[in-house]
Amino acid sequence: MSLKANNPYRWKSWQVTGIGVSAIVSLFLLDLSLGSVKISVPELLNIMAGKASKQSWEYIFFNFRLPKAISALLTGAGISVAGLQMQTLFKNPLAGPSVLGISHGASLGGAVFVLSSTALFGASFNFQETLGSWGLVLFAVSGSFLVLLSVLFASARISDGVTVLIVGLMFGFITGAVVNILQFFSDPELIQNFLVWTFGSLAGVTWSQLQVMGPIILLSLGLSLVFSKQMNALLLGENYATGVGVNVKRTRIRLILITSVMAGTITAFTGPIAFIGVAVPHLARLLFRTSNHKILLPATMMCGMVIMLICDIVSQVPGSQTTLPLNSITALFGGPVILAIIIKNKQMKGAF
Amino acid sequence: MTQPPQFHRARTPFTEPVLSTRGLTVGYATKNGPLELERDLTINVHNGELVCLIGPNGCGKSTLMPTIAGLQPPLVGETYIAEVDVRRLKPHEYAQLLSLVLTDKINVGAMTVMEMVSVGRYPYTNYFAKLEPQDYEMIERALESVHLGDYRDRLFHELSDGEKQRVLIAKALAQDTPLIMLDEPTAHLDLPTRVEIMNILKQLAKQTNKAILLSTHELDLALQTADTIWLMHRDEAMRTGTPEDLVLSGMFEQVFKSNVFQFDKLSGSFKVVHSAKGEVSLTENGLHGVWTRRALEREGYEVTTDANLPIHVQHDGQQWLLTINQTNFSCRDISELLRVLRREDNA
Repeated sequence: MSLKANNPYRWKSWQVTGIGVSAIVSLFLLDLSLGSVKISVPELLNIMAGKASKQSWEYIFFNFRLPKAISALLTGAGISVAGLQMQTLFKNPLAGPSVLGISHGASLGGAVFVLSSTALFGASFNFQETLGSWGLVLFAVSGSFLVLLSVLFASARISDGVTVLIVGLMFGFITGAVVNILQFFSDPELIQNFLVWTFGSLAGVTWSQLQVMGPIILLSLGLSLVFSKQMNALLLGENYATGVGVNVKRTRIRLILITSVMAGTITAFTGPIAFIGVAVPHLARLLFRTSNHKILLPATMMCGMVIMLICDIVSQVPGSQTTLPLNSITALFGGPVILAIIIKNKQMKGAF
Repeated sequence: MTQPPQFHRARTPFTEPVLSTRGLTVGYATKNGPLELERDLTINVHNGELVCLIGPNGCGKSTLMPTIAGLQPPLVGETYIAEVDVRRLKPHEYAQLLSLVLTDKINVGAMTVMEMVSVGRYPYTNYFAKLEPQDYEMIERALESVHLGDYRDRLFHELSDGEKQRVLIAKALAQDTPLIMLDEPTAHLDLPTRVEIMNILKQLAKQTNKAILLSTHELDLALQTADTIWLMHRDEAMRTGTPEDLVLSGMFEQVFKSNVFQFDKLSGSFKVVHSAKGEVSLTENGLHGVWTRRALEREGYEVTTDANLPIHVQHDGQQWLLTINQTNFSCRDISELLRVLRREDNA
């Protein structure tokens, strides 16, 4: 069709996609290679081929580096798409899992699961062994779902975007307060675990946890692609969306479910990851110069993976033994992006 | 060669109404019980008919439109589109019968005109909104109907307000429904653009035989373009009819009754009522006479042709002659005439 060929974004998108995919592959290899012990890229290939020159490298590679790099990909794509869905859902360019208190909700769920286990079942109870990853996911997802639902309920009564953000922040404070109270009554050792978890880390994700997180995130990402049509219609507003045959209520509930499952699952395993969800969709819009979700959704996944890999590499501080909290690195990246968006637009109009 | 797609065209126009309401009572629930704005409406809209809904602010226009569209529940009664109750329609069936152009502020970011208009094809496309050749042709045709053929790759948010409105009309056209409803499509537009939009709509109604229902504040434009006018009243029931019948019946004056302006039946427009300073006689009928009359009326004089009044104005082809109590003044232009009049009449 002649109309397709005329679209100026099309060939450009492919160009950007090419760069994006090669960036993901090279950053993935770099993430595998760098850390407290440097494993060179040819050596990585040797390890994958089963001919490792050092036993310890093979151990590090399979038990630490590989699950960490894979969870960086999953987390980056998942949390960014969750952010994009929330921005479209709330029609608010500053919406995102960390901003609207969704991550806090997941934290609360996680905290209830981790911290209250001693209170309820005594010190001998180990949540990880008894209920495993699924229990943690269930609690975190319920927490994020509850907060997302409450914020959405509040936003139905408030049309002003900034006020909705304040409502989200308030929910964040409330859940934070509940978490504090839980901490007050908990075992010091558990509190230590919980605090480390809130710094955010990809390193703690084990293979058995990946077996839970992987399918959930991949399935949610796949489902989100199916909603690109409805999300485009929602960009025009609810009434227009209804006017072109979109069942707005049902679409909204399904998007909320997908968003809270993704944000909840990721937060459960990696801890709350700040600002990636807000910033990455804007980066994708900027690079691909479109709001069309058919392009924007895959673009956001791609950008999310790239940014997350970079943040993970930086947090390992290559060449040193230290590891910085991932949450700080993502905030250092995401904060300025959000500031730039606000300053550039002066008002929030046209930020999509 | 396949046949190019045609917009929906009913085979027998002016028989079955596209839109009809039965016993529709419009309003909303308040703390003190339901507030009825219109009671027991039974109205029809036919193919090819352009209907304008007008009425003073606060009469309930912005409640009636969404109620008819089924976006808001009525207190009593039903709306039928193509003989089907709107509330019984599935979302995609509804979208294939009725398309909307609303006043909702649209902030979509970087969407091209093409992408915006293709949203109109959503009721017909699959889960991934894949456009088939006939969809592309429908979009093309819709864009050309609103004179935006060359705009398909432009970004929507970079367009002017009038162009945006035309894109939204194209979206409604691409939706290919027998009925299009527009909520104040000419709001916030300048006069030439308002006229252009109304002309486009008028032509669309005639050429595609679609029924078009719009609400507007543009009385002049509505009187000149509408086939039917729905005139809403704050206190009484809504009247419907051709613009001319409504003017002749005196309904316009009654609905838009005010101390500061008056509906002039002869010109079909509103005139501001000026405080009466007194009477002036004017013996001049041509173009100069018309504008002299307007100037005098604006000054607050009642203009008559009674030559015996103390103040008299006439135009001799070159200049204006003003007579006040037998004193004559000659003035080069209307500005001088008014200046002299102010000075002498106040003295």
